[in-house]
Amino acid sequence: MDVILGKIATLGPPLLLGAVTTVTITLVSLIIAIILGLTLALIQRARITWLNWIIAAYIELFRNTPVLAQLFIIYFGLPYLGYKIPSFLAAVIGLGLNGGAVLAEVFRAGIAAIHVGQREASLSVGMTPWMAMRYIILPQTWRMTLPPTGNYAIALFKDTAVVSAIAAPEIMFYARTLVASTFETAFIYLLVALIYFVLAFPMARLVDRLERQQRAWL
Amino acid sequence: MISDLASFFATYEENWASWWPQLLPAIWVTIKLTAASFLLALAIGFLLALGKLSRNRLLRAFATGYVELARGIPALAILFILYFGLLPVGIVLDAFVAGFIGLGMSGGGYFAEVFRAGILAVHKGQREAAASVGMTPFTSFRWIILPQAMRVILPPMMNLFISLLKDTSLCSLITAPELMLRAKDLAMMSFLPMHLFVLAGALYFLLAWPMSLLARHFERRMRRGYRAG
Amino acid sequence: MAALLRVDDLYKDFAGLKVLKGVSMTLERGHKTAIIGPSGCGKSTLLRCINYMETPTAGHIHLDGELFGETQNGGKYQRMSEKQLARQRSQVGMVFQGFYLWPHLNARDNVAIAPMKVRGMEKRAAYELADAMLEKVHMSHKRDEFPERLSGGQQQRVAIARALAQQPKLMLFDEPTSALDPELVGEVLKVIQELAAEGISMVLVTHEVRFARQVADHVIFLGDGVVVEEGAPDQVIGAPKHERLRSFLKQILEH
Repeated sequence: MDVILGKIATLGPPLLLGAVTTVTITLVSLIIAIILGLTLALIQRARITWLNWIIAAYIELFRNTPVLAQLFIIYFGLPYLGYKIPSFLAAVIGLGLNGGAVLAEVFRAGIAAIHVGQREASLSVGMTPWMAMRYIILPQTWRMTLPPTGNYAIALFKDTAVVSAIAAPEIMFYARTLVASTFETAFIYLLVALIYFVLAFPMARLVDRLERQQRAWL
Repeated sequence: MISDLASFFATYEENWASWWPQLLPAIWVTIKLTAASFLLALAIGFLLALGKLSRNRLLRAFATGYVELARGIPALAILFILYFGLLPVGIVLDAFVAGFIGLGMSGGGYFAEVFRAGILAVHKGQREAAASVGMTPFTSFRWIILPQAMRVILPPMMNLFISLLKDTSLCSLITAPELMLRAKDLAMMSFLPMHLFVLAGALYFLLAWPMSLLARHFERRMRRGYRAG
Repeated sequence: MAALLRVDDLYKDFAGLKVLKGVSMTLERGHKTAIIGPSGCGKSTLLRCINYMETPTAGHIHLDGELFGETQNGGKYQRMSEKQLARQRSQVGMVFQGFYLWPHLNARDNVAIAPMKVRGMEKRAAYELADAMLEKVHMSHKRDEFPERLSGGQQQRVAIARALAQQPKLMLFDEPTSALDPELVGEVLKVIQELAAEGISMVLVTHEVRFARQVADHVIFLGDGVVVEEGAPDQVIGAPKHERLRSFLKQILEH
């Protein structure tokens, strides 16, 4: 028992330091993904044909290629064109662009699910289309898309593990360096799994609750 | 700008003969990894779903615990545990084997929920009707419940396949000789990372996109089916 | 002084389907016109064209002497910007068949949000206005409830209060009781009748012919996109001249 506690005492702190970066990367990428996804969903509503083609192409490209390939292109590929990007930035750009494609679909479906009468009622009281979107459509969309957005956030949190491959200093990256210096392979990776789980579990519970609440609301 | 683009693509032409023979077998490994992990995920997911719906409390608790763990732990961590973490215990897994087992275990947790939702979506009256004509539970499950549940399950099942296809790229980090690893090796040797990772992305896209279109087709058909019904 | 509402020779096609084929009408201040007719005759489309919820294919609308939904430049008409249109629409209240209360807002906020966001009213003043309007439709006791907790009749009354809060020059009712269970129709009709008695100008599309006769001072029978017969209620409903109107009334009043 003492041996295990001793190991935790030496290996824990660096891993927790990595966990802080993991959470930071998750939050920053999530914010980028939400802003990007919402913007794309709103632009799609304007029905400008050529613009919608570009957005559709973007979504298809990012949803049908591995995030690892996207990260490698940004981190290893762009320097070849003369743009060197630090690993943290490359990580949040890659995950953010990837998430933007996922959430654009989520928000588009959410907006489309709101009855057209809601919008007409807004226009009839003298709201402009933008006001109808801002005060009537989006608040409802937001509530409806909260569970899928939450599920996406959990998936994103887990996906941050792959950015260790571009040397962003998060949990997995620290784990790999610790393994190289201590050879405590099994212990370290189990500890890593535990840390991820402990952080993800409350989030998963919260999303489940939101989902149940939403079902009650509909 | 145009000439830059032209020279970018000219590089592919120059190197194609040396790259392609290395990439083609790697694509095969990617496909095999996807197929193997998909089948494993289906099997695990199926058993877990039955466990979650079972009357046995122990089975239910195990299945629930498994699903929660799989939901919270990154696939990459599972791969590392299987490939590196089992070495000290004396278990040496081939990278391919560790890869498909890890992805299958991770995907299985996700699929359990899909499968359970599909079974629950079939109305209880269907089972009672099947029992009333004298079907055993197994016959009723095989011929009445499962075919109807498939309609709900098929689109997320295809999405799982696409996710697994993309996730096989993680196996490059445990040195499974698949597409991403080859692309990375070639990128390092040729000093052309942009070319190779764009090429790898394009190859994944060619594999995944038709499946996406098919999944969307089924999703639409399913929604139509519901509206009619 | 110009009529409150003037509709000139209105046409509306939907993808080649001609729904309105030259409809004209006028409404004086304080007057109430009921539009009746079989389903598919274009009565809802006519109403929805009046506040440009649908853009007419041809013809023009004037509200209070002002061209509605369009700007005129020389001889050319052009649909106005959404911003200008929103300003004009705020002068016309509309009540929908499907209520369309906003489910994320309680009854009071449903009524108060337009005064606040459209007219820039302060929150306190907007709430005072909302409370007064809810009082008018006898819904003060439910002002904190969300739409999902209200019956259809209650929802429609809140929707009426929402339209009234615009302090509109004209109210449009689009089959306000068609989506209601029979036992809830009465409470909504009562509110509309009270508003009519107050002298609020309104155009009412309805299939409640008896109610139309009570409330309206003018009835238009629309058939197949044109005005078939119009006049005083007692004349149009009591002594119909056209065969089509007679068979329509017979069908409806038998129920």
